[in-house]
Amino acid sequence: MPEPFLELVDISKIYPGVVALDHVDLSVSRGEVIALIGENGAGKSTLMRVLGGVVEPSGGIIRVDGVERPSLSVAEAIKAGIAFVHQELNLFDNLDVAGNVYIGREPVRGGPLKLIDRKRLYAQVRPLLERLGADFEPDAPLAELSLAQRQLVEIIKALSLDARLVIMDEPTSSLTLTETDRLMRVIAGLKADGVSVIFITHRLNEVMQCADRAVVLRDGRMVGALTRAELTPAAMIRLMIGRDLKSLYVPPAAAPGESVLDIVEAVTDTYPERAVSLSVRRGEILGLAGLVGSGRTELARAVFGVDPLRGGEIRLEGQPIRIATPRAAIEHGIYLVPEDRKSSGLLLDVSITENISLPDLASYLRFWLVRTAREAENARRQRERLKIRAPDVATSVGSLSGGNQQKVVLAKWLSMRPRVLIFDEPTRGVDVGAKQEIYDMLRRLTDAGVAILMISSDMEEVIGVSDRIAVMHEGAISGFLDRSQFSEHNVLQLAVGQSVQAREPCTRKT
Amino acid sequence: MHKKDVSLLVLILVVGAVVAFINPRFLLVGNLSNTANQVGLFGIFSIAEAFVIIIGGIELSVGSVIALLGVLFIDLIVNRDVNWVAAFGIIIAGGLAIGVVHGALVTRMRIQPFVVTLCGLLIYRGAARYYTEDATAGFGFGASFPTLEWLTAGRTNVLGFPLPHSVVALMIVTAIAWVVLHRSVFGRYLYAVGKNEEAARYSGIRANRVVISAYIVCGGLTAFSAILIAMYTRSISPAVHGSFYELYAIAAAVLGGCSLRGGEGSIIGVVLGTVLLQVLQNLVNLLGIPSSLNFAVMETVILIGVLADQYLTQHSRRVAAAKGRSQAHVAEAPLKRANAE
Repeated sequence: MPEPFLELVDISKIYPGVVALDHVDLSVSRGEVIALIGENGAGKSTLMRVLGGVVEPSGGIIRVDGVERPSLSVAEAIKAGIAFVHQELNLFDNLDVAGNVYIGREPVRGGPLKLIDRKRLYAQVRPLLERLGADFEPDAPLAELSLAQRQLVEIIKALSLDARLVIMDEPTSSLTLTETDRLMRVIAGLKADGVSVIFITHRLNEVMQCADRAVVLRDGRMVGALTRAELTPAAMIRLMIGRDLKSLYVPPAAAPGESVLDIVEAVTDTYPERAVSLSVRRGEILGLAGLVGSGRTELARAVFGVDPLRGGEIRLEGQPIRIATPRAAIEHGIYLVPEDRKSSGLLLDVSITENISLPDLASYLRFWLVRTAREAENARRQRERLKIRAPDVATSVGSLSGGNQQKVVLAKWLSMRPRVLIFDEPTRGVDVGAKQEIYDMLRRLTDAGVAILMISSDMEEVIGVSDRIAVMHEGAISGFLDRSQFSEHNVLQLAVGQSVQAREPCTRKT
Repeated sequence: MHKKDVSLLVLILVVGAVVAFINPRFLLVGNLSNTANQVGLFGIFSIAEAFVIIIGGIELSVGSVIALLGVLFIDLIVNRDVNWVAAFGIIIAGGLAIGVVHGALVTRMRIQPFVVTLCGLLIYRGAARYYTEDATAGFGFGASFPTLEWLTAGRTNVLGFPLPHSVVALMIVTAIAWVVLHRSVFGRYLYAVGKNEEAARYSGIRANRVVISAYIVCGGLTAFSAILIAMYTRSISPAVHGSFYELYAIAAAVLGGCSLRGGEGSIIGVVLGTVLLQVLQNLVNLLGIPSSLNFAVMETVILIGVLADQYLTQHSRRVAAAKGRSQAHVAEAPLKRANAE
C-alpha cells in the first residue's frame, strides 16, 4: 500500500452540547476508494466538511503531503486536491456544462475586455467528458441534464481542478439503479487513474461493490474499519450499532384500542411506484423510522394535505376521507408538527398568543371579531401546561429556544381536539430537558386517546418512545417491529432494506 | 397606536410647523381644507394598496384603474343616462372584478404580482384612452347631479371648518379597514400569509383565497376612490389622470410601516403616511419651490425618513435582543436547577 498523502489525526469537533467528532483518525492513499458509513447523525458529514475546509475542527491535526495543520480553509483544501461533490449540487442551471466546470476560472481573451474564450473553454472540458464517458456535450445547458448527469458535471469540475481526492456525500441517494451502476463505473475509473474517492452511503451493497475499505462512524467516534475481505452486511451493521440506549419508555396506561388512522396503499410524488400502508391505533405511539430520504416526510405531508396523494386512501376511524388541503386534515382532527418549525410551523416574529390561536381563530370570535383576551387566556393556559419558558405570551416566538418553539407548535394543536397527531422529528434542535417534557406530553396525549405517528431519525427516540415501529426504506414500508423486537440492529436492518432474520419474525399489523 | 405611528405623527407636526413658520398661509382654513380633501382622496387608495402589500404583493395599476373607472363612471352618468346609484354599483363591481383577475393570475397562474399589475397599468391606461378616443371626459355644460356632487365633493361645516366629504369617506374606510385588519380573522390571515405563507398553510389557512381577497379589497376600494376623484376633478383626460398614483399609494404604505416583504403595517400608519405626503406636496406649493421639483423634494424627505427609521429600529432591535438574552437566561435557570436535583 502506498504512503497516504492525506491523514486526519485525532480530529474532534465539539458543538455546544454535542460532540460531533470524537478523536477520529483517517488516512487516504492514492487511488483508494473508502466508504464512510454510519447512522444518521453519526458524524459522517461533519468529518467530510472538515476535509473540505468548511468546518474547523476543535482539535487534532490534518497532514497533507507531510505538512501538518490544525485545519484547512476551503482554498487550502482545493489546493491540496480535495474536491467535494455535495449532496445538494452547487451548480448553476442557467449555464452550460463547460460554464459550470470553469465557473470563476473561465479562459479569457480580448485583453482588458475579458471576454470568455468559448472555444478554449469547450476544448478544455471535452477530454474530461470523454474520460468519464459522459453522454452529453460541453455546451449542453445544465437545466436539461438529469440529476445523475449533473453529478458527473460536479465530478468533472473536481477533475478540472486536478483533484486527488473526490468526496461524495450520498451520491446515489436519488439515482436510479442504472445511474448508480454508471456512477460505480466512474468511481472505478477514477481509482484506475489514481484518484481517491471517499463516499458516504447508506446502501451497503454499493460499499461491497466498489470500496477498498469501509470506515464506520458511530456517535462521532470511529468504531471500526473493514478491509475489502471483511466487507459483509452483517459486519457493517454490527459496527454501526451497539451502544446502550437509555430507557425512556413509559408504557401506555391501557392497551391500544382500535385503529384510528389507516393509510392504505398511499402513493406520494417522490416515490410514484411505491405504496405505503400503515395503521395507527388509538392510544399508541407508532414510530416511523428510516433513513433520511426514505419518504417519511413526504408521506406525512400527503396525509396532512400539503402535497397531493397520488394514489391510495386515508381512513379515519374506518371512514375513507379526502384530504386535499391542510384545512381539511385539521377539520378531521389530524394535525402535523412539521419537520422545519421555522419555515412551516411558526410565524417567527409574531407573539406566542397569535401563533397558538392561528389555526383555530374561529373559536375566539364574537361578532366576527377576535376576542384577544380569550386568546391570551388560552395561550397562558398552554404555556402553563406545556411549561413554555417565556417572559409572557406576548413574546415573539423567534426569540425562544428551539425546545420552547416546538412547544408553541404543539400548543397550537393541543388547544384544539386532536385525534391523530403526526410529529416529524419532534425533538430536532431541542435541548435535553425540553425533550423529556415533550415525550411526557406524547404519552399523556395517547393516554387521553390520541393516536400518534412519530417520524424520527433519532434511534434513541424511536426505540425509547414508540409502542410499535414501522420502518421505511426507499418509499415503502420494509417492516413493522413490536416492542419485543425493538433493537437498533433490527431497525437499522430494515432501514437499509434488508429483512429482519427469520428467528425474529416481523408480524405485520394492519 | 404603534410606536412607528407616533414617530410619523411627530414628523408630520414638525414638517407642518416648519411650513407654517415660513409661510403662515399654510394654516389658512381654505388651504387646510383643500389639503384635507387631497388626503381624503389619496388615503382611500393608499389603504387599498396596503391590503395587497401586507400579503406580500404589490399593485401597480392603481393609477390606471382610477383613470379607466373614472372615465367609465362619467360616461355612464353623463352620456348614457344611467342612474348614478346604479353607476356607482357598476363601477365598484368593475373594481372588484379587476381584483379577482389580478388575484387569480397571481395565485392560480403563479405570475409575479409585479408583472401582473404592471401589465394592468398599461392595459387599463390604454383602455381608458381608447374608450374616450383620447378626449377629455367631463360633465357637459348644465349637466348636474346635485346629490351625488354634494355627497362626493361637497363640504360640511364642522365648528367653522369646511370638512370635505372625501375626508368623511376616508374616516369611514379607515375605521372599517382598521377593524378588519387588526381585529378580524381575515386580518389575521392577511398578516399570517404575508409573514410566512407556508406556515400559514400548515395552520390550515387557505392562503390562495386570502391573497385573492386582498386583491379584491384593493380593487373595490380603488374603484371607490376613482369615483370620488372623478367627481372632484370633474374632467378626466385619460392620458394623465391618476398617473403615478400607485407610487403615492406605495410610498404612503411604506411610510406607514408596511414592509414590501409583507406581513407588516398598520392602517393608522398608512393614513398618516398619506397626510405626510400631502403636507409635503403643500410645502412644495407654498414655499415657492419650482413645481418641477415636486417629486424630487417629496421623495428626498421620504428617503431621509426611511433611513432614520431603519437606523432606529436596528438600534432598538439590538437593545431588545440584549434584553431578550438576559431574560431567557432567567427563564432557563429554574429548569437547570430542576435537572440537577
